[in-house]
Amino acid sequence: MDFALLLEKSILILILTAITLGIATYLTYGERKVAAFLQDRIGPNRAGIFGILQPIADAGKMFFKEELIPKNAEKWLFILGPGLAMITACITSAVIPWGSHLELFGRTIQLQVADVDIGILYIMGIVSVGVYGIMIGGWASNNKYSLYGAIRASSQMISYELGMGLALIAVIMMSGSLSLREIVEQQSGWGGMQWNIIYQPLGFIIFFTCALAECNRAPFDLPECETELIGGYHTEYSSMKLGFYLFAEYINMFISSAVMTCVYFGGYNFPGMHLIDSQNLLATLQIVAIFLKISFFIFAFMWIRWTLPRFRYDQLMHLGWKTMIPLAIVNMLLTGGGMLLFGN
Amino acid sequence: MLLTILGLPPAFLLLSFITILCALYVVTNTNPVYSVLALILAFFSISAHYVLLNAQFLAVVNLIVYAGAIMVLFLFVLMLLNLNKESEPIVKMGWHIGAAVTAGLLLVTLAAALHKSSEQIMRNPAEDIGLVKNLGKVLFTDYLVPFELSGILFLAAMVGAVLLGKKQTNSKENNNYSETSSQ
Repeated sequence: MDFALLLEKSILILILTAITLGIATYLTYGERKVAAFLQDRIGPNRAGIFGILQPIADAGKMFFKEELIPKNAEKWLFILGPGLAMITACITSAVIPWGSHLELFGRTIQLQVADVDIGILYIMGIVSVGVYGIMIGGWASNNKYSLYGAIRASSQMISYELGMGLALIAVIMMSGSLSLREIVEQQSGWGGMQWNIIYQPLGFIIFFTCALAECNRAPFDLPECETELIGGYHTEYSSMKLGFYLFAEYINMFISSAVMTCVYFGGYNFPGMHLIDSQNLLATLQIVAIFLKISFFIFAFMWIRWTLPRFRYDQLMHLGWKTMIPLAIVNMLLTGGGMLLFGN
Repeated sequence: MLLTILGLPPAFLLLSFITILCALYVVTNTNPVYSVLALILAFFSISAHYVLLNAQFLAVVNLIVYAGAIMVLFLFVLMLLNLNKESEPIVKMGWHIGAAVTAGLLLVTLAAALHKSSEQIMRNPAEDIGLVKNLGKVLFTDYLVPFELSGILFLAAMVGAVLLGKKQTNSKENNNYSETSSQ
């Protein structure tokens, strides 16, 4: 193997992991500030200026708290649970294209860890194994509330994966490719504004709803519904293990926002991108563009959490199976019909 | 070196080692949840084998279907049953022997069937037949009939599952019950 390529990819992975973790840390701060904004409060403002050091204080607290493992818990699985949640959250970012490419030291550096031709399927695959962290942790705790949380999480994730996959099929039909980079490149027309959302508004709504459910975010946060299940699957967790579960949720939010951006909102394309000559400047601006779009979606996630009340579990299942899946199938048929009529 | 004698790539050897270790753990461990977890790991390493053969599509579909859906269902059922040492049924020795002989015979048959072809595939993997574009073309031209037939089979299975799920709501009493519970 080419050593330079190996080095390049390693550095990219390191930077990406650092950014992901950093963003997840600051999302906890962002969430509180957004909550405060929506509820007309001030929010955290004690640690550092504007409370900017709050996440660091929180992380410090998490690390130094006493770590408890219940006596009757399956010890190894109890430890494995949060680790799995974290790993599955982190590895999704491998196929997301963050920009076109940089030209440094006479080399062309792709701003994507792995440009595999099945990028979207890879994401679906990781999403489908993402439930194990919660399931194993909830079961190993040996607590009925944890088990309920774990069971709710797994059935919810299996149900909403279907709607998500069906919504994606419509996009795949249009693009004729499973590679995320190719899907993003195809949206660069009309001066960088030919985004899939124009053709797939219904598909986007379905995907967004399913993404909320897959991330266990409100209004679908039934697995940790505190009014019924104390803390759901992480009832028995303390210290940094709990921190990992919370962290994994924020990473999932970040990644699903990135996927939505790539699939429906043009990824790193932005209006006026064809006017820029310098490739390095273009790539930098593309990274800025994709991160701005991602930030907007993360804000939308938080906005929804602090606006909508939680669903009941049967309502959740009803919405998933009887609304989202039929709608996604209709969307698929409409897309197929449209392609036939307008000869895409 | 052993590796050069075998003439196999080290990545393949390592992955095979992991796969076989996991598979052995699945059958030797008495705790079903650990067994399922080992089986998931085995599926992951089998997917890695597919990647080595440049069959990315198959690798990911293997993950989605087996590791992502079927194993979640297995784990789901095991967690609800909460099997442990006390509730483990006592099985007669004859069953153990019978199971071992059957599994052994299956192994011999499979090994005999795959002996020639697997070696051939491993040594010269067809470069990009596993890539989704080529696979799709082959499926929709050469293997169209089997492909469509398996689609019908899936549809039939789906309808069957829905029917089984609805069976209880035939009588009136159950119907009322299910209505109240699904509101």
